[in-house]
Amino acid sequence: MFWNPKIECMPTEDLKALQYRELKQLVNNLYSFNKFYHDRMVEHKVHPDDITCLKDIAKLPFMYKQDLRDNYPNKMFTVPNNEIVRYHVSSGTTGKPTLVGYTQNDLDYWTEALARSFTSIGIGPEDTMQVSYGYGLFTGGLGAHYGAEKIGATVLPASTGNTERQVELIQDLGVTAIACTPSYLIHLLDTARNMGVDIQRDTKLRKAVLGAEPWSESMRQHIESYGIRAYDIYGTSEQAGPMFTECEERNGIHICGDIMLVEIIDPDSGEVLEEGEKGEMVVTMLKKEAMPMIRYRIKDVTMLMEGECACGRTSPRIARISGRTDDMLIVRGINVFPSQIEYTLLQIPEVGDQYMIYVSREGALDEMTVQVEIRPEAFTDKMEDMLALRGRIEAALKKYLNIYVKVELKAPGELPRFTGKAKRVVDTRVI
Amino acid sequence: MDDNIITQLSIFVNNEPGRLAHIASVLRECGINMKAFNLAESTEFGILRAIVDNPDESYEKLKSAGVIVRKTDVIGILIQDTPGSLFQAADIMGKAGINIEYGYAYNGKAAGAFFIRVDDPEKAVKILKEAGIGLILDSEI
Repeated sequence: MFWNPKIECMPTEDLKALQYRELKQLVNNLYSFNKFYHDRMVEHKVHPDDITCLKDIAKLPFMYKQDLRDNYPNKMFTVPNNEIVRYHVSSGTTGKPTLVGYTQNDLDYWTEALARSFTSIGIGPEDTMQVSYGYGLFTGGLGAHYGAEKIGATVLPASTGNTERQVELIQDLGVTAIACTPSYLIHLLDTARNMGVDIQRDTKLRKAVLGAEPWSESMRQHIESYGIRAYDIYGTSEQAGPMFTECEERNGIHICGDIMLVEIIDPDSGEVLEEGEKGEMVVTMLKKEAMPMIRYRIKDVTMLMEGECACGRTSPRIARISGRTDDMLIVRGINVFPSQIEYTLLQIPEVGDQYMIYVSREGALDEMTVQVEIRPEAFTDKMEDMLALRGRIEAALKKYLNIYVKVELKAPGELPRFTGKAKRVVDTRVI
Repeated sequence: MDDNIITQLSIFVNNEPGRLAHIASVLRECGINMKAFNLAESTEFGILRAIVDNPDESYEKLKSAGVIVRKTDVIGILIQDTPGSLFQAADIMGKAGINIEYGYAYNGKAAGAFFIRVDDPEKAVKILKEAGIGLILDSEI
């Protein structure tokens, strides 16, 4: 099934020609109207006229997450404020979060990408999709919601949490598909079993669109043992949100080439790599209006897959994301940078500057623990004061990171000191 | 200084195997003798409160050994070997609006005592004395 067969099955040469035209126009526009990107091009001594074929994209400078932070909140926006119709906010590396603005066209292309993706895995008007991604500042909930409505599916905006209720709704409303993080689905399946609900016998749930955190083939097998076919979805807030999925072949994630141009580079040299070579993904958003992205270093590690997919789509495919080129952690689907934790702790005078971060998986859900050393002058002999201090640190981290973090107080000198590169993160999750 | 106010040392202890033993060995190396102690604990840390010989000197020794330690004031109520004697003292303080934060027992030389930390030790000493409740003196420990 195809949502937009003309584009999805376009001959590769035609797609490349289309991408070149879009790129050329984008670069011209940014050079003329976007101060940030104009200055950066001048700095790199590159002019729009230097772009004469698609491969010339490699002449253009990169953009980084730091650029978004430096230009917070909206100095990167290229349209007047009255054309912005929505904001989403994700975590930044320190201090300020990343703000993404959308014009109506930006939302429409995001929805279009999801409509193609959902259709490619056989979800359609007959389906009822439960969206169990968080709704709100996070892009997952609203993104999947509009995509599923677009193809005429019935949407149940369940958001996260209240899992027993979610299991009841899956039964009562005949939900056929769910969109959520893979770890949340495993938690939901455990909850259903404890409630005595047999997913295969008692529900119609047969498809799951899973993303926002790393997962593996063994998690896929586990989920599929419940009679649910599981598909990977990919996308970050800088791109719009979750956008692209595997097709029925489940051999790579199809990227809508008319919307996003993918390059894979060597993260150290910045050189563009060939199809089939693993490296860091760099994305150029060809249609974005509010907040254009050219050669944005997304920091996810993957590769472009060679050859055409058996499904008939000619769109480029990327392999499952296999890592990061920075220290970002994904905990319960939320992006966490160790630098954010350090920044938060620096604001709390009662703790020292040493810390350790432990991430583990208890059952299906991630747990994060941060150990800090209290300063001697902050020690009182009242347990109540010490627990209140711990509570304040937990609240500060929760406020900043948007997830619950367990805090442990330690005596000064108890935490490891590093002479070389600090290894403050211990991630024991087996995915 | 008021002989009714007793200096206690409070020590931060990580709640891990061997940590209390570590503190105990520091106390031994510093030649510090504990007369009475109490341990309050949360999941990852504890607070050891102890009545020791020469608290000022012990405090300095522990501090230079890298231990997180703090001096705090407590008072010691003499407990008669009869039912209700703790109740009487607690009741007097309760009626006077003095909050007892924690307490622990001391098997004294002459008579048993109950060390308590209260929010206003001077006031507690005054009203307990007025009510005829016996207090242990620093010099008697």
